[in-house]
Amino acid sequence: MNLHEYQAKELLGRYGIPVPRGAVASSAGEAREGARELGGGTLVVKAQVHAGDRKAAGGIRIVSGEAEVADVAAKLIGRRIVTSQTPPEGIAVKKVYVEQALDVEREIYAAVLVNRAEAKVSVVVNRQGGSGVESALTQRENLIEVAADADGVDAAETKRLGEALSISAEQAAALARILSEARRAFFELDASLIEFNPIAVTRDGGVTVLDVKMSIDDNAMFRHPELEELRDEDEIDPLEREAHRFEINYARMDGNIGIVTSGAGFGLAAIDMIKAAGGEPANFMDVRPMASRDQVAEGIRLLARDKRVRVILAMPVGGGLLHCDTIAEGISSVFRKDGKILPVVYHAAGTGKEISEMTLRNQGVPAAFADSMEEAVREAVRIAGSRTR
Amino acid sequence: MSILIDRRTRVLFQGITGRTATRMAERAIAGGTSVVGGVRPGKGGTRHLNVPVFDTVADAVNATEPDATAIFVPPEHAAAAMMEAIEAEVPLIVCVTERIPVLDMVRVKEALAGSKSRLVGPNSYGVITPGQCRIGVMPDRPHTPGKIGIASRGATLAYAAVDQTTRLELGQSTSVGIGGDPVHGMGFADCLELFLADKQTEGIVLIGELGGDDEERAAELLRSEKPKKPVVAYIAGVNAPPGRRMGHAGTVDPFGEHSAQAKIEALKSAGAIVVESPSLIGHAMRQALWRH
Repeated sequence: MNLHEYQAKELLGRYGIPVPRGAVASSAGEAREGARELGGGTLVVKAQVHAGDRKAAGGIRIVSGEAEVADVAAKLIGRRIVTSQTPPEGIAVKKVYVEQALDVEREIYAAVLVNRAEAKVSVVVNRQGGSGVESALTQRENLIEVAADADGVDAAETKRLGEALSISAEQAAALARILSEARRAFFELDASLIEFNPIAVTRDGGVTVLDVKMSIDDNAMFRHPELEELRDEDEIDPLEREAHRFEINYARMDGNIGIVTSGAGFGLAAIDMIKAAGGEPANFMDVRPMASRDQVAEGIRLLARDKRVRVILAMPVGGGLLHCDTIAEGISSVFRKDGKILPVVYHAAGTGKEISEMTLRNQGVPAAFADSMEEAVREAVRIAGSRTR
Repeated sequence: MSILIDRRTRVLFQGITGRTATRMAERAIAGGTSVVGGVRPGKGGTRHLNVPVFDTVADAVNATEPDATAIFVPPEHAAAAMMEAIEAEVPLIVCVTERIPVLDMVRVKEALAGSKSRLVGPNSYGVITPGQCRIGVMPDRPHTPGKIGIASRGATLAYAAVDQTTRLELGQSTSVGIGGDPVHGMGFADCLELFLADKQTEGIVLIGELGGDDEERAAELLRSEKPKKPVVAYIAGVNAPPGRRMGHAGTVDPFGEHSAQAKIEALKSAGAIVVESPSLIGHAMRQALWRH
């Protein structure tokens, strides 16, 4: 579950992590009010959406005075922000965060995250932070790992940190406190990522967190019912949200070939096969092992709701729990109950292959049966290319 | 021979009274797997599927001396179940549970270090040595005893490889689901090492996907070992949209650097045969074995 910046700052503020004073607003009036409470002056207005690259997309603006805050807030709220990390149509801004602007001398990047290769929680910093460093984590050579344990960052490591970043001993101590507390919050809140980009060293020598990206491990939400209210359902693609209710992992893509597969790996493989054959997948789909026929049917209806989809490519591989016939019955059920279905290209393997093919044939579903995955993919690409909807 | 499990393996089921566990334990017993007992707190002293049920793993270990334990415990309690098995020194722990909190797995891995246990999973289809022993949720058919060792992150891609190697009359020595979670037990390199040492295994299939560095570690091992046995690999996720969660927890990677393409390059340069489609795994393996 991704948190908004203002939510993360609120949570981390409780751990004593220094953040600028700020106010969240859902309207221009509220933004003006917030600006007044902050004492006016130079302020930052930030669109609250779950996506990086906000600055480049015009979602972060530096303004001065209450009137300009209200003006910018009015323009941002209701607007859609499109960045490399949003769906193609962007995300609508519902709230802005108004914050005191600081006189920044230096920006540093830091993150707490699960280091999967070493199966531990790592704390890392990068000499450079700020916009344009959205991908700081990918430049591993610039990352400095900070040794930290349950007691936080010790004195020797703090000294090393100060030297590595060329900051004063006091600033290093302040940074170490931030990292220690962030690590504690990471464990206590079951975070999967806390990313500070940037932490600012201000001209008066202070160290303050300017922006935070924070996610909570969805699998651990059962331990944190109190965090449930922070979930912003509007931030999740409505189709993806609905699919989740049907035991289906689903992610929307930009193409016109609807994919029905089970298993995350196989779902990814289907996308690669379609791309290799010159087609464009409309989605990723992983029908989970315990899904029922009716849930599969709902998944297929979801696919068809995306008006770009022209063909359904179903390639079930039956296993020990989910059999091909469940997928075929789901397809048949849509056809029978809705009286229509998009053209289906079908290739099955594994448990229930034969019976699943029989089901589709007996129900008269308009399906093309392919002898191999390649043939199925080629046929789906052909139909998608020739058919307009 | 085979790896990890064979007909002598004595298997415990943790969470044996659950619906899926019951189905899968029944299937294991029907196929000849030696299921020696189950664990379900509060049901100690009862019997289920005609095997004794215990309150704790320690009790079960004392009474039944299992070589392996299958974890079919809901995500809320799965880490505790694994910890219990580690403490009771069960040699092989196979966890099929999905959606375990990642920090729980960090703690489990800490407990595993220096212990007497080996972990497969979580979010794994399990381990099967066809005709001898199965621990997991995989189908029985089309597995057939044979000479190909399979290690895969995902279940369905592994089943596809099983289907192909069975049709081509190669069969499987053992198939291991290393699981789709970011923090997990045995990796590809661990499986590879065992398969290389196993006489029954003549060829090895690795099925990976973007994220993590399991494939890279396997490539390193290949580079240093230069094995005679052919290794065929398939890596999914070349076109996965960046920064999106795609089913497997394992497919989110904040480091972002381990792309499917990088993995393909690493394995190729280490001498593995990397196929472009999962449907080509079986054929590539047959050809490679002919050449040998």
